[in-house]
Amino acid sequence: MSEKDTLLDNLGRHGISRRGFLKFCASMASMMALPPGAATVMAETLGKARRPSVIYLSFQECTGCLESLTRSFSPTLESLIFNAISLDYQETLQAAAGTAAEAAREQAMKDNYGKYLLMVDGSIPTRDGGVYSTAAGKTNLETLEDAAKGAAAIIAVGTCAAFGGIPYAKPNPTGAVPVSDLIHDKPIINVSGCPPIPAVITGVLAHYLTFGALPELDSNRRPLAFYGDTIHDRCYRRPFYDQGKFAKTFDDAGARQGWCLYELGCKGPTTHNACATTKWNQGTSFPIESGHPCLGCSEPGFWDAGNFYSALSTTTAPLGAWSGAAIAAGAAIGLAAGAASRHTQKEAKQAHHVVTAEELKNKEEQS
Amino acid sequence: MTVNEILTWVRGPAMQFALVIFFLGVVVRILEMWLLGRTPDLSLARRSGFIPGLRTVFHRSIPAPGLLQRQPLVYLGGYTFHLGFFISLIFFAPHIQLFYGVWGIRWPGLPAYLIDFVAVVSIAALVALLVHRFVNPVRRYLSNGGDYLAWLVTFLPLFTGYLVAHESVLPYAQMLTLHILSVELLLIVLPFTKLTHSFTLFLSRWYNGAMAGRKGVAS
Amino acid sequence: MSAKALEHGINAFVEQIDRPVASFFNSCVHCGMCADACLFYTETGDPKYTPIHKLEPMRKVWKQKFTFWGKLMYKLGLSKPVTEAELEEWEPLVYDSCTLCGRCSLVCPVGNDITYMIRKAREGMVAAGHAPDGLKGATIRAVEIGSPMGVTWKTVQAQIKHTQENTGLQIPVDQKGADYMVIMSSMEIVNFPEYLGSLARIFKEAGISWTICSDATEATNSGIQIGSSDIAAQLVQRIVDGAEKLGVKYVISPECGHAYTAIRWEGPNLIGRPYPFEVIHILELLDQLREQGRLRTEGTETARMSFHDPCQLVRRGGLVEQPRRLLKMVASNYVDMPDPGIWNWCCGGGGGVSANDRADALQLRVFSRKKSQLDTARVETLVTCCANCRIVLEDGLEHYQMAIPVVGLTETLAKHLVTTPQETAKTETEQGEG
Repeated sequence: MSEKDTLLDNLGRHGISRRGFLKFCASMASMMALPPGAATVMAETLGKARRPSVIYLSFQECTGCLESLTRSFSPTLESLIFNAISLDYQETLQAAAGTAAEAAREQAMKDNYGKYLLMVDGSIPTRDGGVYSTAAGKTNLETLEDAAKGAAAIIAVGTCAAFGGIPYAKPNPTGAVPVSDLIHDKPIINVSGCPPIPAVITGVLAHYLTFGALPELDSNRRPLAFYGDTIHDRCYRRPFYDQGKFAKTFDDAGARQGWCLYELGCKGPTTHNACATTKWNQGTSFPIESGHPCLGCSEPGFWDAGNFYSALSTTTAPLGAWSGAAIAAGAAIGLAAGAASRHTQKEAKQAHHVVTAEELKNKEEQS
Repeated sequence: MTVNEILTWVRGPAMQFALVIFFLGVVVRILEMWLLGRTPDLSLARRSGFIPGLRTVFHRSIPAPGLLQRQPLVYLGGYTFHLGFFISLIFFAPHIQLFYGVWGIRWPGLPAYLIDFVAVVSIAALVALLVHRFVNPVRRYLSNGGDYLAWLVTFLPLFTGYLVAHESVLPYAQMLTLHILSVELLLIVLPFTKLTHSFTLFLSRWYNGAMAGRKGVAS
Repeated sequence: MSAKALEHGINAFVEQIDRPVASFFNSCVHCGMCADACLFYTETGDPKYTPIHKLEPMRKVWKQKFTFWGKLMYKLGLSKPVTEAELEEWEPLVYDSCTLCGRCSLVCPVGNDITYMIRKAREGMVAAGHAPDGLKGATIRAVEIGSPMGVTWKTVQAQIKHTQENTGLQIPVDQKGADYMVIMSSMEIVNFPEYLGSLARIFKEAGISWTICSDATEATNSGIQIGSSDIAAQLVQRIVDGAEKLGVKYVISPECGHAYTAIRWEGPNLIGRPYPFEVIHILELLDQLREQGRLRTEGTETARMSFHDPCQLVRRGGLVEQPRRLLKMVASNYVDMPDPGIWNWCCGGGGGVSANDRADALQLRVFSRKKSQLDTARVETLVTCCANCRIVLEDGLEHYQMAIPVVGLTETLAKHLVTTPQETAKTETEQGEG
């Protein structure tokens, strides 16, 4: 692909008409709740986009985020956009390997210094100097710090990069941390999810390419357009929640009727993501629709937020042992207190003062 | 820490702590009371006080003649609040799940809109009772910090619980965190306040009924 | 009062606190319903008369000595000990504005027997020297003379003589082996001597073997009222000694509320052992006789009659049905006043209040409740079976200028007693011979 190709040129070569491209921009703009007219701006800007350089670094990750993005039946517009940017480094997708690949990356970083977009997936181990994940002889920690220097912005793709994800879960043996714990001087956007929805990733990219800035973010640095609502707020099964109709097992009558999965552990109410509206596989379905409770995978610490199949209202505390211990301790203290009380009573009885008629007479003379 | 991580902590170690204090406190309180003992009554009883005692445990819930008219708010407001509190606690599905997780038993719940209604009515009753406590000369005279604290720690779970379902004040995760925290506060405070009446009232009513019953009076 | 006296008082509080007391204090939620049941609050509107409030000093002692939190606060100096001044302030609350009537105990939603606790609180008050002068005087007389009103055996003898003259019947005295021993309240001996005559006539018809004991005539117990178990035990012991000496099967408790509470319910606990005899209230006996057909009456009172239930006999004593069963034998125009039976309102003078002149004004003020009951029922004659209630009722009615006679139940039954022809024949024979 020629570096001088515009995005529109590239799309045209793949049989996507200008009209089709405009439709894509319109739907993207509407999905991100951008103002009217934004679609046109997006189309013009994106159409002329000179395939900005994107460096994609994968750290302590499972490659699920990339799979989500690229795995599809037929080439999607999203994947085409993705391919149409100048993806100058991506270990899974690139053909090059070894020192040649590293050299290409360093060249791209130098050529586009201050302008390239850095995409990161996977968490970064920090314990023991970060030795638990290395590539090309360098720790992920070093690589990130190095790459962040010349980046215009960083997109942390997936919950691992955004919040630490599965390596971060207890006991976190590698000292895994999210990108935002390490880089403090660059704009970071967290596109969380395990994995994130493909359209969310490309939506963020499209916004950045169009407006040169990151979209509006929530307190966790996630784009509000996609993470502003909870699954619960948009879930099609919400009427069942409201009516108190819950599936109690995965195959009971309620489950088969599509009742709410709250009692099966659904974390929808506390999970911000676009699954309930945008859905997965080009809008085919999402976990709840398929009958599985939401895991809350786009939220920080979701691996440690209690059993996936225990409702949000349950306690994650190990009650059995502790209650027993508390009651036993209470019994011990209580018995001791009771013994002290009995002693007080006994003493009082021994100190009993006999009231006599004499005494009643001589109240003034009492001493 | 993010909101969800705080929620996880509130559901976990904080709940553990609250329950430990609760169990400890309640057991100590019961034993402190129980071990004071009671000297046996040597007078000749007309009948055994056991059944009358048991009867009074239930029967005392009925207002005494003339007193409902004198203080309708105390009885009606009191019952509305208590019933509403227990209905919301026992028949709301998420709570049933909580108990199921702990005890392994569950029971049918009521639809959320009914629980909603019950919660609102209970909250209204509680507020009315608070106003009464300020305004009525006897209640104002009797009331102290402990009474107001008990009111607050009882009010908060109802209020925050209602707001979890209605994300008008705060989003679900934040509100649920506050709700569970308010419950933990209630658990921690309960054994050290008049809220102990929740279990000692049975014993008090039993004694009342038994002591009167052995004399032949249905109290 | 001295520091030592205060110490005695606190110590007595400690002695009195048992499991029920702790349960009650633990359960109180300050709902205030006890005030709405208490005569002294409803008729004055003064919240300090709230029953549970009367127990504040004892509650503090319980908290500070017997609860984990209370002990901690006390140790840290965050909770102050009960003071002399507090006991002085509480004395009128515990003695003047409480007759131990028991309405509060019936009403408390959490089941507190506040009356039980006030009785116990008085132990602390009196040990600390804080009791009303009038009640102290009555108690001293009861211990030293044998009667709170100063009645001696001489007085009783005089009344016996009068009664024998009036009825023509012998009053048995010190009869060993009699079935029933009769004791009386000083009030009856002095103010309502017709009680004794009524008993004599009824027992004659029923064929009851009975006696008076010269060593033990006094039924009332000032010790209970002032709250000294020591003195109360001393007074009960006299009756027990007399009954044991004469070897009677039963001791009849007379028309006096607190006398019944003392001898029937508190007595064995005061002296530390059950009695070798049974205590029966005169109404219980009369009701038994009625059932057995041994108490027969004729004719009825026509006035509109109602019954005032003495608190210690009915609500706190258990004689719930007997009074009306008996009264309806002789009352054809009987009406219940509002709140009858165990719900009736105290006359206002029980529990030592009538012996306490400091409480006079308050006592008369709260009589407005009884007045209201009587007005609503349009009562013409009021019947009761407690001599103290009778005096208090008479005083109250006079104060409120209500012309309603108050009569005793036993006396009313005796008035309509069917006497056997045997007696009539004997009289005729006597007359014939005389």
